[in-house]
Amino acid sequence: MTATTVPETSGTYTADEMMSIAAARALSDGQRCFVGIGLPSTAANLARRTHAPDLVLIYESGTLGSKPGRLPASIGDGILAETADAVISVPEVFNYWLQPGRIDVGFLGGAQLDKFGNINTTVIGDDYADPKVRLPGAGGAPEIAASCGEVFVVMRQSTRSFVDKVDFVTSFGHGSGKGDRERLGLRGAGPTLIITDLGVLRPDPETSELVLSQLHPGVEIEQVREATGWALRVSDGLSRTEPPSETELATLRALKEA
Amino acid sequence: MADIVSLAEGVGRLVHDGDTVAMEGFTHLIPHAAGQEIIRQRRRDLTLVRMTPDIVYDQLIGAGCAKKLIFSWGGNPGVGSLHRFRDAVQNAWPVPLEIEEHSHAGMANRYVAGASGLPFAVLRGYRGTDLPEHTDTIKQITCPFTGEQLAAVPALNPDVSVIHAQRADRSGNVQMWGLVGVQKEAVLSAKRSLVTVEEVVDDLEPVAGQVILPHWAVTCVAEAPRGAHPSYAQGYYERDNAYYEEWDSIGRKRDSFETWLREKVFTEVSEEASFR
Repeated sequence: MTATTVPETSGTYTADEMMSIAAARALSDGQRCFVGIGLPSTAANLARRTHAPDLVLIYESGTLGSKPGRLPASIGDGILAETADAVISVPEVFNYWLQPGRIDVGFLGGAQLDKFGNINTTVIGDDYADPKVRLPGAGGAPEIAASCGEVFVVMRQSTRSFVDKVDFVTSFGHGSGKGDRERLGLRGAGPTLIITDLGVLRPDPETSELVLSQLHPGVEIEQVREATGWALRVSDGLSRTEPPSETELATLRALKEA
Repeated sequence: MADIVSLAEGVGRLVHDGDTVAMEGFTHLIPHAAGQEIIRQRRRDLTLVRMTPDIVYDQLIGAGCAKKLIFSWGGNPGVGSLHRFRDAVQNAWPVPLEIEEHSHAGMANRYVAGASGLPFAVLRGYRGTDLPEHTDTIKQITCPFTGEQLAAVPALNPDVSVIHAQRADRSGNVQMWGLVGVQKEAVLSAKRSLVTVEEVVDDLEPVAGQVILPHWAVTCVAEAPRGAHPSYAQGYYERDNAYYEEWDSIGRKRDSFETWLREKVFTEVSEEASFR
């Protein structure tokens, strides 16, 4: 059941627009970003058009440094190949570029995320063989989550999607808490930032549990708690997201229409 | 030398009931026409292999051609779910579908091992995920040099691999370019291969970034203009995004799917099939 109670528009922008803009801001100029399709791709392309013109977009279809003039419809959209610095094979993407740790940020979405940032894109339900809902599966995400310097996740927040424990660990976040990644020998820092339509969650430095660290404008703590499937804790340094600037909004809207 | 054949002859000769069949194409150059010819020839009990099973695999599964799917991401890219795939997994309709599930990195490496003539591939993958628990083709291996724990996945060696490419010459040398995904590895790992092409030409003009599969590495080549539609062929035509959207409603219900199958696959026997 969706418990999101944020109004469709707060002021002159929607909660989804705030989410995409907050996600775009998380990326820095010059970073190398492994981009998932959908919300992550929107955010990464927005970042490249605003504050991060030299952001390097890498898509699993085999494009390094894509500079698409519009939002790609899928990870293999022709515009990604036509505007790339290099087009390479899929084994090369994973073996030469992702696996050795050459990518700074993996930008992912998901169907289910738990309080330790583990992501499920495989099945909903307890029984893998007889699932309630069969999802698309892993794709590139397990190794993106394991090998990128850090991982950002962008997802709409509801009690259905933000759960205490995911039904299936497709992509490993922080496992069951602090130290699990190190014990498994995973190289990247894992999920460091979860951007939703309500705010931003970050792992607690002591426990790696995701806590609310930032609220989008017009959103109250209680709303976020109601949209979260675990007893959400709030960071001492809770801050407010800056509302979208006119430039950010105009750029995002132009991107969506292009 | 690769044989230049018609699409129907190529599928008839190379794809048999019970075969393990890989039809690769990473969003680009997906061999749709060949997939629908397999449906038309009513192949059964196929083990279908593909990193990204999308619409054409939804069609093959819904038509009852497959008993097993080996894959890493199954969906309608940019649109949503594959409803025939879901119906087969969740409700065993029209026949039960066994699945063997990997990540992209695992699948790509399985093809690389197959193409390399090795029994398995090694990668730093799957660690901490629930996939190894459900997929018995993911094992742990210890590096003999460093002691690091890594994942091992067995080689994929399909009975037949089917891909689509831009051009071939009359000897069957195949030229492709753009997003080439894992197609070269799929052909080189397979016992037999069928490559459908946009056109057969007298001479192949070199293209930047091209991949050439020499005629002696390919079994059969069939001319199938627009054979990748609704996906795209760089330099020939764009992706038909509307088709992907429409598939969502056609594939959603069994009866609309069966109507589609009857009208668009089984009654369209001419080369100019109207689903193109």
